[in-house]
Amino acid sequence: MTLRLESEAWPGHLPGQHVDVRLTAEDGYQAQRSYSIASTPAAGSLALTVEEIAGGEVSPYLSEELRSGDRLELRGPIGGYFTWTEANGGPLLLVAGGSGVAPLMSMLRYRATIGSAIPATLLYSSRAWDEIIYREELERLSADPAVRVIHTLTRSHPDGWDGYTRRVDAAMLEDAAGEPEPGRLAYVCGPTQFVENVASDLVALGYLPTWVKTERFGPTGG
Amino acid sequence: MVGEFISRGFRGRRQEDPAVAGRIPPGQYLTPGFPVLSAGPTPHTPLMQWDFTIEGAVRPARRWTWDEFRALPSESITVDIHCVTKWSKLDTVWEGVAIDTLLDGVETDGTYVTAFCDGGYTTNLPLADLVDGKAWVAFAYGGEPLAPEHGGPARLLVPHLYFWKSAKWVRGLEITPRDRPGFWESLGYHDYGDPWREQRYQGD
Amino acid sequence: MSEIEDEVTTRLDGNAAAGLLTQVFCAEPSGAVIVCAGCGATAAIGALPAYGLELGAILRCPHCDTAVLRLGAAGATLCLDLRGAVSLRVRIGDSAS
Repeated sequence: MTLRLESEAWPGHLPGQHVDVRLTAEDGYQAQRSYSIASTPAAGSLALTVEEIAGGEVSPYLSEELRSGDRLELRGPIGGYFTWTEANGGPLLLVAGGSGVAPLMSMLRYRATIGSAIPATLLYSSRAWDEIIYREELERLSADPAVRVIHTLTRSHPDGWDGYTRRVDAAMLEDAAGEPEPGRLAYVCGPTQFVENVASDLVALGYLPTWVKTERFGPTGG
Repeated sequence: MVGEFISRGFRGRRQEDPAVAGRIPPGQYLTPGFPVLSAGPTPHTPLMQWDFTIEGAVRPARRWTWDEFRALPSESITVDIHCVTKWSKLDTVWEGVAIDTLLDGVETDGTYVTAFCDGGYTTNLPLADLVDGKAWVAFAYGGEPLAPEHGGPARLLVPHLYFWKSAKWVRGLEITPRDRPGFWESLGYHDYGDPWREQRYQGD
Repeated sequence: MSEIEDEVTTRLDGNAAAGLLTQVFCAEPSGAVIVCAGCGATAAIGALPAYGLELGAILRCPHCDTAVLRLGAAGATLCLDLRGAVSLRVRIGDSAS
């Protein structure tokens, strides 16, 4: 689900950054989680993508209890490594595992907002068609001829699906990414094992480690 | 350290049970789970290579292979545990070898201990807090062999101190003449760590 | 909820420690490049596997597991140990936020 927040004090953010959210109960008990900012940068507002973890401590509060007008304590924006702006260049390869698509969505939305011509490919691994986050918006974004969205569905797929149905591997990255050339940047975000496998596959395909940026997600929020 | 901000309607996942309130140290909350907290990747030392040693200011130094260690008398232990990150768990059931058993026949002038572990983790404690039935080297939890994520094959178990002192993947005890801050103690955590006096950080 | 969490699935990286580290450094440090004292490998702080995030942050070299940056969040005190790093390289003048 998407949490929209507003604050006059919010300075805006760089695509890829996150916030640390802290919840405090009346008796002082605290819990803290990090959430990627999924929106395009804007002063005064931001949107977080919250994956609801069954039995979790924070995500059920954010998705079920929080109501319009409530206040949320957060620290940020945070992140100077896993960020992309047009000044960083491209072409861009964005590789997402599940909810790891959130910071990459911020990058794609920002890219569209500023009308950038930098080519971007999103390779997005989900378990099933109806678990794809931002699915319809990604269809709209891929109307831009410089944007490609490639899905792979690893557990189940709809009848007539002719896309990938396996976990991201070196062959799929090569199809998606093309030849690595100087200027190309890759951003990989998702569960730890996913990120480490993809990053090492990219390096094996010829990407220099400095062209590949990674962000490991835990069980997001929880 | 609580500021003014309260998140309306937030309670968290902790349990509340007035019947056991007296068993929860100040600032702690009951948890239903068993959070895994590690300073490094889980080691996987094969049992054939595992040993446990008592060394330092001792006569004689001692060493047990895994088979020798498991042949020692062990006991079932039911204790409450308290993590410095504020969760507590009551009536946890372990099986282990008492430190008293391991120190039987060992002479020492040293009064402090550094527990050392696979992966390089260390923690320091007074020797007096390991003896007289206060501590064990535990190899089973909840009736099962101790899982690697929770410190298996064996971890130190010192339930009367904050749980970072119950060092996972323990491989031995070095007896020392002076208190020597271990891994977290060198990064600002308390040298002793009594949950009932809320000794979380240096200077508490 | 499972009591045993798979360590590889849940381990995060230096990005998750950035909020804490920004309180120690003047600039947000996750883009800073660190040289491992154990094996000489270089990596950005954000790319380093992170452990112990409940007590601070232990960032380790992805090649040799040396703890290159150790941070203890001990109440009002943040304690930083960089003995596992040969050096830390920060680019000044980059806008982080």
